[in-house]
Amino acid sequence: MHRRTLITLKILTWLACLAPLVWLLWGAFTDDLGPDPTHTITFATGRTTLRLIMLTLAITPLRRLWRKLGWLIKFRRLLGLFAFFYASLHMLTWVALYNGFSPSAMAADIVKRRFVTAGMATYLLLLPLALTSTNWAIRKMGGKRWNRLHKLIYVAGVCAIIHYWWGVKPGVLTPIGMTAVLAALFLARPVLAWKQKRKARAVTV
Amino acid sequence: MLIGKPPDIPSSEITPKSAYDTFLNRRRFLRGVAAMGAVALGAERVESLFDPNARVLADATKLQTVPSPLTTTGEQLTSFEDITHYNNYYEFGVNKGDPAKNASVLPARPWSVKIEGKVATPLTFDIDTLLKLRPLEDRVYRHRCVEAWSMVIPWVGYSLSELIKQCQPLSSAKFVQFLSYYNRGVEGAWAYQTDIMWPYSEGLRMDEAMNPLALLTFGLYGQTLPNQDGAPVRVVLPWKYGFKSAKSIVKIRFVEKMPHTTWNDEAPNEYGFYSNVNPNVDHPRWSQKTERRIGVPFYKQIRTTLMFNGYGDQVADLYKGMDLRKYF
Repeated sequence: MHRRTLITLKILTWLACLAPLVWLLWGAFTDDLGPDPTHTITFATGRTTLRLIMLTLAITPLRRLWRKLGWLIKFRRLLGLFAFFYASLHMLTWVALYNGFSPSAMAADIVKRRFVTAGMATYLLLLPLALTSTNWAIRKMGGKRWNRLHKLIYVAGVCAIIHYWWGVKPGVLTPIGMTAVLAALFLARPVLAWKQKRKARAVTV
Repeated sequence: MLIGKPPDIPSSEITPKSAYDTFLNRRRFLRGVAAMGAVALGAERVESLFDPNARVLADATKLQTVPSPLTTTGEQLTSFEDITHYNNYYEFGVNKGDPAKNASVLPARPWSVKIEGKVATPLTFDIDTLLKLRPLEDRVYRHRCVEAWSMVIPWVGYSLSELIKQCQPLSSAKFVQFLSYYNRGVEGAWAYQTDIMWPYSEGLRMDEAMNPLALLTFGLYGQTLPNQDGAPVRVVLPWKYGFKSAKSIVKIRFVEKMPHTTWNDEAPNEYGFYSNVNPNVDHPRWSQKTERRIGVPFYKQIRTTLMFNGYGDQVADLYKGMDLRKYF
């Protein structure tokens, strides 16, 4: 891929990732975040986080499926960090708008409410991944250990989906779409690995 | 009690649609202003033909009302726009904006309400009979949703007790059950975004239903109820979480035993039969100590939730000696 194409694509990715934030800021500025702005902010930041986690998890299967898409790896860190960025905004909404920065209220919330516990777990799982996202950290840790640590993204994905299910009313089925996508992304890995193995065997025989 | 003048203009007299659209809908009003003057009025009439929301709202009829001593004062009213576009009406979809989009298919006219169960004789009331049973009162109530948001709504109706007296319940009638409209062919797929068993069922203890605050409601902002707010008739119980206030009622049953209620069926640990607004009993998934007022900027939304939503003077006696943690 040409350097110029790559730069253009990176700029476009940045713009796409920033769009939900710009939309929220514009809404807050013009007082147009709907009847329940706090809820709008919570859902927008939460959903964007989930979507970005899904996109991050989609990179590997896509590359395996089409060799030509190998360059997608250059976007994985960007998407992952944006996922963490929106997760941080989501957390900040909870800290500021729901708990008014009160440590005791937050502590009670985490202990008492399992959907908050799941959300917090997701964030704590994403945190080390964001902290070790630099080239320096990869070099320092060594590829193998770094890879093993970053497997946590799977756990974070599952925790995030559980957080979503536990957050909506019992009987409400809206998280089902996101759950299906995550399941497909998880399933794609063994399936693609099995296909590749079969192909490799076919070549050697 | 305030003695009011009985309605002398039939409620079926329709307000000119253009006047209604211009007057009550802020966003459309502003759009109209932008387009300027008389030209805009003409354009709006055309526009409302294509806008399904406008068509729903244009069906509204002005109601003749009298003031009520039971009205709540000193609160900023939530806008008509927000009251009609931020709804929980799961038969028409689970997102807050869904009912405004989808509820236009609800056949709010003609309408009748069946009275069944432990009554002297089963009865059927036509909606027009119900509207004329008692003078319609303007009653502003705070509305607290179990999801921790709140509004202030100017309802129109009269005390549910007035209807109950007409029904002549037997002494064995200990509870009242309300059943909402449901027709698989009308709500269709929207109602299947949850696994709720329709129709929606709600209920009250007899003495709760007889409390004058319990409002049999026909309108809001001086007009008949928009479909998404429970047209043509619903109950409003301001000291209880919003889901207790059943919408679009087709059947009222007087029963001996506590009736099943929809959200209690779904999650008995989250939604009790009583579901009185109570800041001291948290919902398992969130605190009920505070609430978010709808329609204000995000940094001004949070406010303290009051016991019985601030209506303790009128209703606290109903629950004397009851452990409200157990009977939440």
